[in-house]
Amino acid sequence: MNALTEIAIGSRTLFSGNEAVARAVWESGAAVATAYPGTPSTEILETLARYPDIRAQWSVNEKVSLEVAIGASLVGARAFCAMKHVGMNVAADALMSQALAGCHGGLVIAIADDVGLSSSQNEQDSRYWGRFAHLPMLEPADAQEAHAHTLAAFELSEQVGCPVLLRLTTRVCHVKTLVSVGERQAPPARGFIRDSRRWVMLPSNAKSMLPRQDERDATLTALADESDLTTLMDGIDRSVGIVSSGPAALSVREALPDTPLLKLGFTHPVPVERIRAFARTVDTLLVAEETEPLVEQALKAAGIDVHGKDVLPRHGELSVSVLRRGVARLRGEEPAHAPPAGPDPSVFPRPPTMCAGCPHLSPFYCLSKLRRAALIAGDIGCYTLGAGHPWQAMDTCTCMGASVTMAQGLAIARSGEDSKKSVVAVIGDSTFLHMGMQGLLDLVYNRANVTVMLLDNRTVGMTGGQEHPGTGFDIHGEEAPRVDFVALVKAMGVKPERVHSVDPYELPELFRLIRTETQIPEVSVIITNQPCVLTDRHVPRPALKVVEEDCTGCGGCIDTGCPAIQVTRRETTTTKSGKTKELAFARIDSAFCTGCNACVETCAPNAIVPLDPAAHPRLERV
Amino acid sequence: MTEHPAAGSAGVTNVLLCGIGGQGVLTAAELLAHAAVDAGHDAKKTEVAGMAQRGGVVTSNLRFGPRVLAPAIPDGEADLLIGFEAAEALRWVGQLRPGGRAVVNGLRVKPPVVHQGLFDYPEDPIALIRQRGIDLRTVEARDIADSLGNHRLMNTVMLGAVADLLPLSAEDLRSRVVEVFRARKPALADLNGRAFDAGRAAVSRAPAPEPATATAN
Repeated sequence: MNALTEIAIGSRTLFSGNEAVARAVWESGAAVATAYPGTPSTEILETLARYPDIRAQWSVNEKVSLEVAIGASLVGARAFCAMKHVGMNVAADALMSQALAGCHGGLVIAIADDVGLSSSQNEQDSRYWGRFAHLPMLEPADAQEAHAHTLAAFELSEQVGCPVLLRLTTRVCHVKTLVSVGERQAPPARGFIRDSRRWVMLPSNAKSMLPRQDERDATLTALADESDLTTLMDGIDRSVGIVSSGPAALSVREALPDTPLLKLGFTHPVPVERIRAFARTVDTLLVAEETEPLVEQALKAAGIDVHGKDVLPRHGELSVSVLRRGVARLRGEEPAHAPPAGPDPSVFPRPPTMCAGCPHLSPFYCLSKLRRAALIAGDIGCYTLGAGHPWQAMDTCTCMGASVTMAQGLAIARSGEDSKKSVVAVIGDSTFLHMGMQGLLDLVYNRANVTVMLLDNRTVGMTGGQEHPGTGFDIHGEEAPRVDFVALVKAMGVKPERVHSVDPYELPELFRLIRTETQIPEVSVIITNQPCVLTDRHVPRPALKVVEEDCTGCGGCIDTGCPAIQVTRRETTTTKSGKTKELAFARIDSAFCTGCNACVETCAPNAIVPLDPAAHPRLERV
Repeated sequence: MTEHPAAGSAGVTNVLLCGIGGQGVLTAAELLAHAAVDAGHDAKKTEVAGMAQRGGVVTSNLRFGPRVLAPAIPDGEADLLIGFEAAEALRWVGQLRPGGRAVVNGLRVKPPVVHQGLFDYPEDPIALIRQRGIDLRTVEARDIADSLGNHRLMNTVMLGAVADLLPLSAEDLRSRVVEVFRARKPALADLNGRAFDAGRAAVSRAPAPEPATATAN
């Protein structure tokens, strides 16, 4: 029995936006769904994997996932792919050209924006892709609409013959609300239509598509203007009228229930004429959009007098409170009552941490000790936390795979004092397969001097532990071919003697390797090989403890950054040479300790021992 | 039900849950959302996930009533704050509406940045909350969970502790908790029922708000 397919048709179920999109993709009769994990979109594919009769799979990156979906569309199937906002930057090469060619089977691409930047490296507004690629964009406000808009997107895609973009934001993806579901349609029976003038993007073929794209733009503009995905929610106070979309539109309605609201569901092409008609019914028009002034600028270009980012913020979520303040500003009023926004800033911060026993702890402990002698290029994943305390062992992090490539740039262009430093790139297993491999190939080919630390924890950790080609399992947990990282990097031309697979819990060995390899002016790859502690692959070992009377307060173990290690008291002492020294005495929280052993080697007085010596024979001391 | 203090003016109840990644805050919010829906309400539940799961700050907003529009609770309009950790409750208590209530776990968890000496953990976060004149109830949820033999029962203890402060039937909420565990982890179903009852009993025995100078715990 499948709990998802057993849901009674028409009943209302508590679904997140991601679950609702997945449901609608399945109901649409789609045959293929692809994605690379990325917050806030990850759960769409995780949910789709639980539905029958649809091939849901993880791809190695977003460009690959989109191209697989395009291929499925061209053979006549309905296809879907999902990504976070920055994923579209990777997939854009495929998007921009396929947009011109169009598609055969319905092709829907969900792009999830991290409005408010809770888990990303930027806050870009994906609605620009609609304008850039001449593609229609639909924008749901909550999970029920996410379901409806996804169904509409497949219909529209086949009606117009091009991919349809579905713009989601965190407050759609991760908000649960009641959704009523429908039945699955039978997948369409179609085949590939050989048409090289359309599907082979030679310059002459592509050129012939341009007039058709103009025609399609005109069609889409008319469809957007009359779309029933856009709704008028009237109000009695006509001094201001608001145009909004997505979750912001719901916040507008809550903040200003008497204000007329034109809630856009079809946001590219911007339904300019519909908005012009709406504008005539109100004294002042305000656009409330997350995050860029895209609709606002389109309206201004069409000669419509409109307010927007002059009174509303250009970044972050347009919450009820933010909207109230913005409209008060528009009306020249003082906000009546302004309660504090968000958390109390006087309370200490609690940034995310690496987990107790995380296999990334010791690599960053080592790098923190070599800090002054190295430039360290980082990458996207849990290990980006290595930039923070206590390690502070990362100098750059820009986008997926950029550790290896930016390290090459650092290495080949450095001068002066920087020439005396080593250059290290730190990248995780999934990120390496996503976009790091090409960078390593380039590094080897161009004979740059970089030490690459490939932290293989056998999962996509930050997004909650998904499978990838390095784990040996697929999205369903079934066995799949597993890439051999050592063989792979050797095949790229890294000298065999410069490739090392090492247990990160063996801290002295890891430290020695990093120090040695960073001194050798060649490409080295050090692969750590312990799994993420949050996955089933991790086998915890018996916990450790600090022998209180042996602890000298040296603080060595605290430098590992392991959250199981806690300070019991601090003291200030004077050394023989007259310097003052801060001492921090530690204990280990046995509830969290995984017995990884990494901290044992940082303890000068050997005060860290097994909680139960009998259970931990590996740690017996001579 | 005789006491419905948490119902807001628009008929929407705003519950702000806060704690630390890994404490079960999101699971608790999910159970409350299901209970609200079971009772016939419209509901929206939202949280900041992503990096927050790595031992960082976690919050979840649950809103329920006849019709819920905005996904997030507007600033300063929470009816009930459920704090899974004392300093986290202090961090978010400013989001309560005037007259809103807080139920706070006495547990204190210092993050690595405090152990590393970069920041100070407040000496008594509970007392600081109380100084603001908040209608506060405390519950030693971790101790109760430990006494039942599993510290992971803490979030169920917290649900029990708030059960009589919501415009929902405490019995129905309890049934929902037990039912979910019976489906997922049958061995833990009855134990979660006991954890719920223990939380409910413990908080109802808690003293009325003390003078500002008193220290809690």
